[in-house]
Amino acid sequence: MSIAVFFTALVSAMLINNIILIRFLGICSFLGVSKKIEAAAGMAAAVIFVMLLANGVTYIIFYGVLLPLGLGYLRTLAFILVIASIVQFVEMFLKKYSTPLYKSLGIYLPLITTNCAILGIAEGSIISNFYGDFGYWGGFAMSMTTALGTALGYALIIFAFSAIRVRLDAMNVPDEFKGVPVSLFVAAIMSMAFLGLQGLV
Amino acid sequence: MKSTELLTRGLTRENPVFVMLLGMCPALAVTARVETALGMGLLVILVLTLSNLFVSLVKDYVPSQIRVPSYIVIIAAFVTMISMLTEAFAYDLFVSLGVFLPLIVVNCIILGRAESFASKNKPIASMLDGIGMGLGFSLALVIISSIRELLSSGTIVFGEYLPFFATPGDITQLIAGVNVSDYGIAVFGLPAGAFLTVGFILAIRQGMQIRKQGASA
Repeated sequence: MSIAVFFTALVSAMLINNIILIRFLGICSFLGVSKKIEAAAGMAAAVIFVMLLANGVTYIIFYGVLLPLGLGYLRTLAFILVIASIVQFVEMFLKKYSTPLYKSLGIYLPLITTNCAILGIAEGSIISNFYGDFGYWGGFAMSMTTALGTALGYALIIFAFSAIRVRLDAMNVPDEFKGVPVSLFVAAIMSMAFLGLQGLV
Repeated sequence: MKSTELLTRGLTRENPVFVMLLGMCPALAVTARVETALGMGLLVILVLTLSNLFVSLVKDYVPSQIRVPSYIVIIAAFVTMISMLTEAFAYDLFVSLGVFLPLIVVNCIILGRAESFASKNKPIASMLDGIGMGLGFSLALVIISSIRELLSSGTIVFGEYLPFFATPGDITQLIAGVNVSDYGIAVFGLPAGAFLTVGFILAIRQGMQIRKQGASA
């Protein structure tokens, strides 16, 4: 297994199968949070952090605990509990050890529990069967690479979108399209632009 | 509140997708085809009704600090059951919904109704509310997907994913002499088309609201 495989997976998760524009996960936070650039950056950082952590932990729990015990069908139930407790744990940890980080990420952390991107990636790692293709540790590395690419793709889009939205607020948008409709059109145009990257890999 | 109102308010006045903007992820993702959208809608109606009923039944025994985690566990349990049933009886639908089937757990509509309605009301009323909101969600999905499938391929095909259509076919065959499939706009079947369709529907709704306010003022 060469580095090229991982690089392809990273680029493909980040740009070609972008989580927001192509796979439609995390739309709620995309439309809700990205009104300010600082807020978007905070949300993006929180998602990168939690997504990597949650993806690693759920992978190990699924193949290390659930599957050997024959409890594979409890996947969704276990994952959502793991994600909720990770978010809670990270919040408590940051509160105690890093006040500035807590102040910048703190309010976004509870929102992440119901951010479907996190659960979607954890489930996606299992559904795409990296374990079967690459073995236990190879699959783990592959799944983490995909999670990293996805999280970076999320950060890229939510950041770019918030910058566009700042300009959009200064524009003279017709009343009918103000707010969510015009945001969706911006997303549509960005999505079309990203379709152009399909031939990249 | 009357039971008819509980059943119908989700359809228009408090439509979860178009008015409250909840559950946008599945509303954009599974609506390339009417049939998958309908399947998703039916599954959400089932999960929402059952989870509302159970949340309402246990509401007096759950301490308020751990309310949300316990609701999530109830919802996740029902989603797991429904997804196993889907795998058994509608395998094609199971495959085509993919990751969005387990993601019903984090669908904001379901947790939202558990928190804002079922935890404060009686079991029967909560069940009716679940059916009503689920119907509203399905209606929104069917509207979005009809526009998208009709514009992208010119037809609405059924009988491919859902097991209860006896004979496969497509809807345009029912309208005699119309063959628009040669003039499909491919972009509506792509992710960008989902954003465009929902954007236009929301803009129309917003425009209607502005006209209404203008008329009353």
